[in-house]
Amino acid sequence: MKQFWIFVKKEWLHILRDRRTLLILFGMPIAQILIFGFALSNEVKNSKIAILDHAGDDISHKLIERIEASKYFEITKVLSSDSEIDAVFKQGAIRLAIVFPANLSADLYHQNDVQLQLISDASDPNVGTTLVNYMSSIINDYQNELIGFNKLPFTIKAEVRMIYNPQLKAAYNFVPGVMAMVLLLICSLMTSIAIVREKEMGTMEVLLVSPLKPTLVIISKTIPYLVLSFINICSILLLSYFVLDVPVKGNLFLLLAEGILFIIASLSLGMFVSSIAATQTAAMFGTLVGLFMPTLMFSGFMFPVDNMPIPLQWLSNILPSKWFFNIVKAIMIKGLGFSAIWKETLILFGMTCTLFIISIRKFDKRLAL
Amino acid sequence: MPENYLIEVHNLTKRFAAFTAVDNISFNVKQGEIFGFLGANGAGKTTAIKMLSGLLNPTSGDAKVIGFDVKTQAEKIKKNIGYMSQRFSLYEDLTVFENMRFYGGIYGLRTIEINTKADEILTVLNLVNERNVLVKSLPLGWKQKLAFSISILHNPPLVFLDEPTGGVDPITRREFWELIMEAANRGTTLFVTTHYMDEAEYCNRVTIMVDGKIEALGTPLELRQQMGASSMEAVFLSLARKSSRREL
Repeated sequence: MKQFWIFVKKEWLHILRDRRTLLILFGMPIAQILIFGFALSNEVKNSKIAILDHAGDDISHKLIERIEASKYFEITKVLSSDSEIDAVFKQGAIRLAIVFPANLSADLYHQNDVQLQLISDASDPNVGTTLVNYMSSIINDYQNELIGFNKLPFTIKAEVRMIYNPQLKAAYNFVPGVMAMVLLLICSLMTSIAIVREKEMGTMEVLLVSPLKPTLVIISKTIPYLVLSFINICSILLLSYFVLDVPVKGNLFLLLAEGILFIIASLSLGMFVSSIAATQTAAMFGTLVGLFMPTLMFSGFMFPVDNMPIPLQWLSNILPSKWFFNIVKAIMIKGLGFSAIWKETLILFGMTCTLFIISIRKFDKRLAL
Repeated sequence: MPENYLIEVHNLTKRFAAFTAVDNISFNVKQGEIFGFLGANGAGKTTAIKMLSGLLNPTSGDAKVIGFDVKTQAEKIKKNIGYMSQRFSLYEDLTVFENMRFYGGIYGLRTIEINTKADEILTVLNLVNERNVLVKSLPLGWKQKLAFSISILHNPPLVFLDEPTGGVDPITRREFWELIMEAANRGTTLFVTTHYMDEAEYCNRVTIMVDGKIEALGTPLELRQQMGASSMEAVFLSLARKSSRREL
């Protein structure tokens, strides 16, 4: 046991002496939360648009006022002919153009039917659709006001409630995602590099000839990273609470316990990588391509798993991070208790045990050769 | 009365699939001697050391190290040997003292013992002022001497040195061998692999391995006389030419 602590102490020294690693360890979660929270966002704001107003009457002026007043749009071009539309899109100066027909009020009052033209840049389909939706809702609002004067006999209204995340804040999705990514990266990348470094430096040989048990060597190498990752969970939760206004709705202790489970899973993945990789570069490549990329793409953090082809859905099922992501979302955002996530927890637990046992045995066997 | 052997090897063999790395070797190492284990790269030296230090299980044959069986008592062997590899095996980002504290600690030495021993080593190596300096910043020759001193920090009766002088200039090698000989004078047994033939002259007895087999065993003088050669270099070359193995 004393040897174990001596080893852990030595491991701490390695981490503390390496400024760059320290910066990655503590800087990464903070940077990611801040970047996802403030710089990167799916919300569309202040999009530049062009207006081509053939009507120039009361109704078109009122609509333009409303568009200008919304925070979503900024009118940067006022065009005078249809031929200019193409040119401003090609310049990339605008995202959307709106064309008012010449006889806008006349058609509206006499035929009760009028068509506005919305032209949207769909090279980014999501942004294109979102802008059209925003614009349509501004136009609908205005129309409803007009209808006030001569009411329709009946209407169907949909009453919408966005549950769990009524303000539609992107943070509710990415905080759990960042947590899964940061933990996976620190635990698997850092540990695999730390273990492979001993192989590369030749110190592993000496450790193996020493009376230390191989299992003890590998476990004590991972302990500091377990502690560091736990600190990182806490710092992510604090940041998300104080900076992003995303509180933990469910049980904090349950969340932390699940976090530790996922940390152990990721540490085992790191050990597994290090038992295969011979160089630090190989270990880094293996964790980034083999673990980090799939987590980013297939855990449901970036793209919804339900929309993926069946083989990719299977792939996502074997990623521990997918289960952890769902667990965190359930506890943190939906405020659910253990009864709602016991299945996910059981799967994660099973994966962790399997990975842990395989890695330890693989490590032992490689040495026993 | 039989001589006191620290290592006894009988028909030791290690096969990896179809490849026989160590082929039926037998030898004994006496207490307090410097035993040179020579051979070209790929001759099987490292595999033999791994079996003797309990890292690798032999395919067949027996070996006893400090009286312990390599197959069943590897744990006991590990506690009682020192080991230094070609790569010196120090942690570059730890200080001189931290390295000593760590290696002393994993052999179960107490803090007081480690401190006493560390001061002793620092004095002998003239490194007292470098006690709290990162190993990274030491010259290669110092690192090598430090690595050796650390490998015998826990006073093992037997030390394995696997090509300990690789990549070091001749003067530093000479100084390093003085350290080894001092350790031998204090009664430590040293098992040294090398492919520098001038170093073979410092050994009490040497074996020369070719293709996994022991081709010669004796004092440097005996071997030179047997082969009618003027130097160990010549002895080695005439034996090594028989090798059918390519360098690995």
